[in-house]
Amino acid sequence: MRHLLAAGDLDADTATRLLDTADRLEQALAGREVHKLPTLRGRTVVTLFYENSTRTRASFEIAGKWMSADVVNVSAAGSSVAKGESLRDTAHTLDAMGTDLVVLRHPASGSAHRMAGWISAHVVNAGDGSHEHPTQALLDAATLRHRLGSLEGRRITIVGDVLHSRVARSGVTLLSTLGAQVQLVAPPTLLPCGVENWGGRNSPVTVSHDLDAALPGSDAVMMLRVQVERMHGGFFPSAREYAIGYGLSEARAALLPAHAPVLHPGPMLRGMEIAHAVADSPRSAITDQVRNGVHVRMAVLYHLLSGQEDRQGSEA
Amino acid sequence: MSQPLLLRGIRPYGEGDPVDLLVRDGVIAELGPRLGAAGAAVREAGGLVALPGFVDLHTHLREPGREDAETIASGSAAAALGGYTAVFAMANTDPVADTAVAVEHVHRRGQQVGLVEVRPVGAVTRGLGGQRLAELGGMAGSAARVSMFSDDGVCVHDPLIMRRALEYSTALDAVVAQHAEEPRLTVDAQAHEGEIAARLGLAGWPAAAEESIVARDCLLARAAGARLHVCHVSTAGTVNVLRWARQWCVPTVTSEVTPHHLLLTDERLATYDPVNKVNPPLRTGADVEALRVALAEGLVDCVATDHAPHAAQDKECEWSAARPGMLGLQTALSVVVQTMVRPGLLDWRGVARVMSERPATVGRAGGQGRPLAVGEPATLVLVDPDARWTVRGAELASLSANTPFEGMTLPGRVVTTLLRGRVTADDGKVCR
Repeated sequence: MRHLLAAGDLDADTATRLLDTADRLEQALAGREVHKLPTLRGRTVVTLFYENSTRTRASFEIAGKWMSADVVNVSAAGSSVAKGESLRDTAHTLDAMGTDLVVLRHPASGSAHRMAGWISAHVVNAGDGSHEHPTQALLDAATLRHRLGSLEGRRITIVGDVLHSRVARSGVTLLSTLGAQVQLVAPPTLLPCGVENWGGRNSPVTVSHDLDAALPGSDAVMMLRVQVERMHGGFFPSAREYAIGYGLSEARAALLPAHAPVLHPGPMLRGMEIAHAVADSPRSAITDQVRNGVHVRMAVLYHLLSGQEDRQGSEA
Repeated sequence: MSQPLLLRGIRPYGEGDPVDLLVRDGVIAELGPRLGAAGAAVREAGGLVALPGFVDLHTHLREPGREDAETIASGSAAAALGGYTAVFAMANTDPVADTAVAVEHVHRRGQQVGLVEVRPVGAVTRGLGGQRLAELGGMAGSAARVSMFSDDGVCVHDPLIMRRALEYSTALDAVVAQHAEEPRLTVDAQAHEGEIAARLGLAGWPAAAEESIVARDCLLARAAGARLHVCHVSTAGTVNVLRWARQWCVPTVTSEVTPHHLLLTDERLATYDPVNKVNPPLRTGADVEALRVALAEGLVDCVATDHAPHAAQDKECEWSAARPGMLGLQTALSVVVQTMVRPGLLDWRGVARVMSERPATVGRAGGQGRPLAVGEPATLVLVDPDARWTVRGAELASLSANTPFEGMTLPGRVVTTLLRGRVTADDGKVCR
């Protein structure tokens, strides 16, 4: 694997190996006062972010630093990008500086694919428009594995703005690859056409508009973020009506089986997408997701930069 | 008076045994077997198919304003090499072709280049703004004799403005060519709204955005008794609307389809290469099939290229930043042969109809699209139906290279183009 551009780049074996590596890295760091492994010493990782981001950027930066890589952060604001430089020229510039890996966040769907065609460095897609966010899918899968054991045959319900969500696109693909049954719950205006086929031929995705009916049979529920700009786009009448139909209230959370965790990629809109008490309940896996994010990103950086899948066990 | 030219062994419309055609003073002077060659330059045509010169109702020549992407000279060269003898130059230049002065400039530059008749299209509204009618009468009455008006690139979406444009144009015997795209339904749209764009996270351009405007415009044209031309029909639903309009007696509605919509589908999007970005977008296989049948039936009148050159930096970027459009002039015939002639949907007389006769009629291009007969203008093209060639954008005459057919091997090749008796392109070379 040269790049990680989409969850579809990962077959079940590769995804499982990445998740296993993430677990081993977590164990290797557990209890240590110094969070530092020497594995990627001398390798240069650039995070190139064209959108504001706190957790994803920090997570990649910490992942790189814990592996001893040199991590350089470049933001669109305050760089040559602000002076009108094209993405292609920026890519070539970073490549010419000897960058080993670029972590790209960009508002245009497909931008990571384009960048991978322009440069010799590895590219990790950290979110391209409404398209994909594969490391988010990996950290969600890692979190679900910790809570549920295997994902095989598990029923995962994803709720909210599927239409604009790169988290949903990557998540449905990866969870299906790992054997889960995915159910999407959203208002019709936020469901793109053809979602039934996102899981591939062997694991069709089911679609519902009735969250109350969907929850009792769910092994986990993943809430999606509703971007503020969507609220003014006529996709639903009001935040209040959205919360009533698709928000995870305390009463709704009680419909879930006892073992089912609640996930949210953040940032959360408490009270609309998810009730305050639910977000902070023992069911909530939200901080686990953030913690696991660092470990799966370490695994991804390691996997791409070491290039030797069979060495990972000994080095990790 | 120039030397007469004898074309020996051509097959008009690809029919019958080869005959000879003598060009004298820009017209077809004689047509028949074994003509005498006294005093004439002789060309052995060896059974090439002869057709009336092609007429493109939809060309973006980019001059004035984007001479880095195309000029009237380079676009004329591409047209001649593609077998075209007339092109309608769209109005979305900078400045916009919305005044008599602007259209006369384009017209004059076309004449100076002299490779193809450049017939300027005038804007319907000032600055393509969709708010106030441009001076249609002034452009129609200018030296450019504008006979087609279009805001192509954007839709005349205000129904009242469209109604007035249609009504007003009836006094000018002009046609209003509509880029049918309801803008409220295509906000931020990047690709055909379907499973592929949904999976790729590209905002959808729904078929209904085209179909609803076409239906509305047919009703407006019927009420006004005006001539409406639907640009680049791209959906099976629009074909159904046109069928309904024809049954409902709107005889004044004509339409065109582009070569790329006859061949390519949205499966092209997976690479995110913006060479496949075009407006209207590449649609589904079912749409392609419906468009081919509609063209064969005559429900869609003609093929028009929507030749849209773009500078490299406007295509070598992320998808959403790229400009929409594709080169088309030099590949149109081959795509029509591939999609229509080879499958048996059109014969060569049908090719003459959709690439020359009908567009000449729609655009009121006098002297174009005429029969291959004695006394008619020697404005024609010789085609090798058996040749195959591989498209290379860098080798095309356009200043830009944004062909979606890069690397494809296509059938049928334009060998020679004549404009009023003068050879404008021959064996892949422009004759200036």
